[in-house]
Amino acid sequence: MTDLVTIRNAVLADLEAVIALDLVGVTEEKPAYWRKIFDRYVTAGKDGGFFLVAETAGEVIGFIVGEVRAWEFGSPPCGWVFALGVSPQSREIGVGELMFKEMCARLKKAGVSIVRTMVDRENKLTLSFFRSQGLRTGRYIELEKLI
Amino acid sequence: MKMHKASLFGLYAVLELAGDPERQLSATDIADKYGISTHHLAKVLRTLVRSGLVQAVRGAGGGYRFSGVVNRTTLLDVIELFETLESELDTPRPRGQAAGAVIDELQSITREIDDLTKAVLDTITLETALNGSRQRVSA
Repeated sequence: MTDLVTIRNAVLADLEAVIALDLVGVTEEKPAYWRKIFDRYVTAGKDGGFFLVAETAGEVIGFIVGEVRAWEFGSPPCGWVFALGVSPQSREIGVGELMFKEMCARLKKAGVSIVRTMVDRENKLTLSFFRSQGLRTGRYIELEKLI
Repeated sequence: MKMHKASLFGLYAVLELAGDPERQLSATDIADKYGISTHHLAKVLRTLVRSGLVQAVRGAGGGYRFSGVVNRTTLLDVIELFETLESELDTPRPRGQAAGAVIDELQSITREIDDLTKAVLDTITLETALNGSRQRVSA
């Protein structure tokens, strides 16, 4: 079924579709956040940043955003995936895998050899997806504190 | 983390059967492959059958067959049939507030470790574990 799915760079016209897809996984719409992300990764074409969408029959059914991040907390440059979504009607047919593979190919071409992400531990769906793609707990541990 | 033998045997059995849901295997087939006790595995299989993850097929050529959902069942689902994965601090009754605070702090740390362990095991489906195993074989 993924033969009919195309992975391409996002364009400004995809903004509303991405906001709608993101709304499936969150409790509130974040239009201002997505406008900023589009400004940075689509309009300005941030160097080392990639905003991809999955499309079938002219409809956007998924998105993934990632970039090369360098030297945060001493980490050598690595790929960082910070947004991912697939329409509930298009899940379990390999759309997420297609997008993630393309993202990894782009990141690798940009010069990094490791990809990282961060997911809420209660978000089993997304965590299971990344696990299925071969990601494991990494060497950096996320720490937090109420302030 | 020290996993109970029953949990480990349960994972062996479920992964072996889930690798080919059409295939039937006896307890001896699985026990021989992993070098474990057939008697102990038979008990584990009874628990797996009661949970619905595995089906017992009776009659000549009978055995066990996977009857769960390979991309929905996680390693934690299997393990929790046999143990709770809660660390046990064998703490005596503390004398005084200061000792109680130390014990509370240590218990909070072990809960943090337990939560992480569960978060890992609860997001690895049988399908993902099987794919990882297959990649190791072909590597």
